[in-house]
Amino acid sequence: MTALLETRGVWQRFGGLIANSDVSISVGRGEIVGLIGPNGAGKSTLFNLIAGVLPPTQGSIIFDGEDVTNLPAAARCQRGIGRTFQVVKSFETMTVIDNVIVGALVRNTVMREARRKAHEVLEFTGLAARADVLASDLVPAEKRRLEVARALATEPKLLLLDEVLTGLTPTEAQTGVALVRKVRETGVTVLMVEHVMEIVMPLVDRAIVLDLGKVLAEGKPSDVVRDPNVIKAYLGDRHAVGA
Amino acid sequence: MDKQFVERRRRDLITAAGLAAVAAIVPLFVKDVYVQNIMVLTLMYAALSQSWNILSGYCGQISLGHALYFGLGAYTTALLFTKFGVLPWFGMIAGGLISAAIAMALGYPCFRLGGHYFAIATIVIAEIGLLLIQNWDWAGAALGIDIPVRGDSWLKFQFTRSKLPYFYFALVLACVAWFVTWWLEDSKWGYWWRAVKDNPQAAESLGVVVFNSKMGAAAVSAFLVAVGGSFYAQFVSYIDPGSVMGFQFSLLMALPAVLGGIGTLWGPMLGAVILIPITELTRSYIGGSGRGVDLIVYGALIVLIALARPEGLVGLFSRRRKEATR
Amino acid sequence: MGLLYGLIAVGLALIFGLMDVVNFAHGEFLMLAMYVTFFLFTFFAIDPLLSAPLAAAALFVLGAAVYLVIVRFAMRAKANVGMVQIFATFGLAIVMRGLAQLFFTADYRSVPNSWLGGKTVSVAGIFLPQPQLFGALVAIAAFGGLYLFINRTDFGRALEATREDPGAVALVGIDKNRVFALGWGLGGALVGLAGAIMATFFYIYPDVGASFALIAYVTVALGGFGSVFGAFAGGIVVGLVEATTALILPPSLKSVGIYAVYLLVVFIRPRGLFGSM
Repeated sequence: MTALLETRGVWQRFGGLIANSDVSISVGRGEIVGLIGPNGAGKSTLFNLIAGVLPPTQGSIIFDGEDVTNLPAAARCQRGIGRTFQVVKSFETMTVIDNVIVGALVRNTVMREARRKAHEVLEFTGLAARADVLASDLVPAEKRRLEVARALATEPKLLLLDEVLTGLTPTEAQTGVALVRKVRETGVTVLMVEHVMEIVMPLVDRAIVLDLGKVLAEGKPSDVVRDPNVIKAYLGDRHAVGA
Repeated sequence: MDKQFVERRRRDLITAAGLAAVAAIVPLFVKDVYVQNIMVLTLMYAALSQSWNILSGYCGQISLGHALYFGLGAYTTALLFTKFGVLPWFGMIAGGLISAAIAMALGYPCFRLGGHYFAIATIVIAEIGLLLIQNWDWAGAALGIDIPVRGDSWLKFQFTRSKLPYFYFALVLACVAWFVTWWLEDSKWGYWWRAVKDNPQAAESLGVVVFNSKMGAAAVSAFLVAVGGSFYAQFVSYIDPGSVMGFQFSLLMALPAVLGGIGTLWGPMLGAVILIPITELTRSYIGGSGRGVDLIVYGALIVLIALARPEGLVGLFSRRRKEATR
Repeated sequence: MGLLYGLIAVGLALIFGLMDVVNFAHGEFLMLAMYVTFFLFTFFAIDPLLSAPLAAAALFVLGAAVYLVIVRFAMRAKANVGMVQIFATFGLAIVMRGLAQLFFTADYRSVPNSWLGGKTVSVAGIFLPQPQLFGALVAIAAFGGLYLFINRTDFGRALEATREDPGAVALVGIDKNRVFALGWGLGGALVGLAGAIMATFFYIYPDVGASFALIAYVTVALGGFGSVFGAFAGGIVVGLVEATTALILPPSLKSVGIYAVYLLVVFIRPRGLFGSM
């Protein structure tokens, strides 16, 4: 079976800075894949390339058998790539349900259908009780959840999660982990960027470690954490910061 | 779960129908021509502001150059009628279509501009339009166009004996603008526009093509404003560039929405009902004698409302409503 | 003329750069400065050249007052901050115009027989009107002064710091409101200078600001909002464009050239000539 998402030799340069160099990764259908690495490893850049915020300097991105390298973000969403933002970008003046309806409109052109779909997603993500609250009135953990709900409403094949678990309390993170598992059970493939290893490792099927813009290691979480290169680059870096 | 929402939409519609009905019988009791005149203007500005609100309020693209579309509507109608004998009804539609087309053509480069750059570009474009018409001899240049009036006629949409037909047309126009807004509010366009206003990048990630959304809003908005301009040309039967395309029109269109509540369904109506009579009354009662006092009162009012009620006067009502349901 | 436009615009650019607010009453500030100059001349026979500092001082006070009384509150708005600012300052503009009509009447006035008015100097065979020439010199001096002020004084540095990160500045104990008020004062003072010079060769009437305000916005936007140097350069560009279009098009169309250039520039560079991309 072909992979759902593939990046082939992707480069991204910002002026003289190389954010991604020759990154080739693939994500299979139904997987939960973790994209990890220390700060400045190029995770967010790669993430934005896949979501279509900007085209890569070089290389191509294949989604569901189609070359989407030059498609803008909206077109990629229509093809089945949903995403969240690291810094939450809720529609602040709209209610929670209206936020989600925007996403649901991608596949439902009849308003009643879109509204029904949005309610369904709110139920699924545990936000149903907050449906009529303004997005600006949500607490941070709920805003994260709303991001996920909005992306799910677009009925993605691939869900890109950008540090949705970071900065949450342990209890909030646990509910988050449960939600991601539930999402996968519905048949959605998940690619998640996380900075904190402890949270993601038990959750993901496979981990890809980026460092200095390159793929450093790839494999089962249990193998990856034992990889000496990863320990050096990632944990070493963290220990150094801690000390 | 949806009951509340459906009910609210229905209540809005019933309220609007009720208000329109009340407005429709008012002239039967109010015979004073001066007051009727103010009522016509109030309804017209309500319609204009409602239309402006679509692009600037819902979609968040603050335009301070809508006078361009107002003027285009007025001039298209007047020119077609005086030069080619085309009835104003067709001129109205032609003006609307031309304005919508121009709005989209201008939107093509303008919608890439952000914030103040966009707002200033809209002012500047309207100003260029004004200057071009002022120098266009065929269109009457700075002198403007006198629309020949020969008695009452629905066909030619001109009435000399009574202001009532104008009043009812303005009422219809205001209702149409309101209804279009009401209808669009719960359509995919309405949701897209609000999403684009709040956060274009997030909207794009949810499959909203931001650029197309803005174009759609600009076209609808410009069309309706141009129809308002056509109406105005018939109403005053004399137009010149400054009186239909000046910067003050752009502001008069924006003010009611801002005062009443920008990006809300009822804001422009409420704002126009309060603001336009005040504008007209201060102008005629204080303006004549006091030299500028009308401006002082008017300007101070704008400052006060802007500072005291940034979310618009509609907020007063909705807060009470929220408390009532609690 | 371009340098004068620059001088009018630079105050606007300063305020915008400092706090992201466009002062829609800027033209009215200019109008008031012209009236101040006019009255000082008529009643006290103080030549515009001498009263320019007084006009600047008066406008400094006005600018600071406007910030403290109106803009400070406009910035606190929880909703539609952008719109509130536009309409609060625009409302102020209307009030100022009304007041001018009330107290100064709508008559056109001018400052006759000032030291500079109506005289020309010949520079290399070209006759230049003295007021404009002098205005250009004042403008250059003002820009130089402003440059030194921002880069060399404590207050200038506080201004820069506040504009970069108001939160951090509050932490080190600088009163944000004081800095902003002074910034508005400074913006006012600059337009005050411009007004004093303009008064020597331009008619003075309550609506005079409107004709210059739009050009000032264009000038600022052309250079890139918030860039003081940009406003200076923008002013020169506007002046040149105006002079060039005057040669090609009838006088009534001369502003079209300026507007067209603005559009052209922002379509190519959406943040103006010197704005950061």
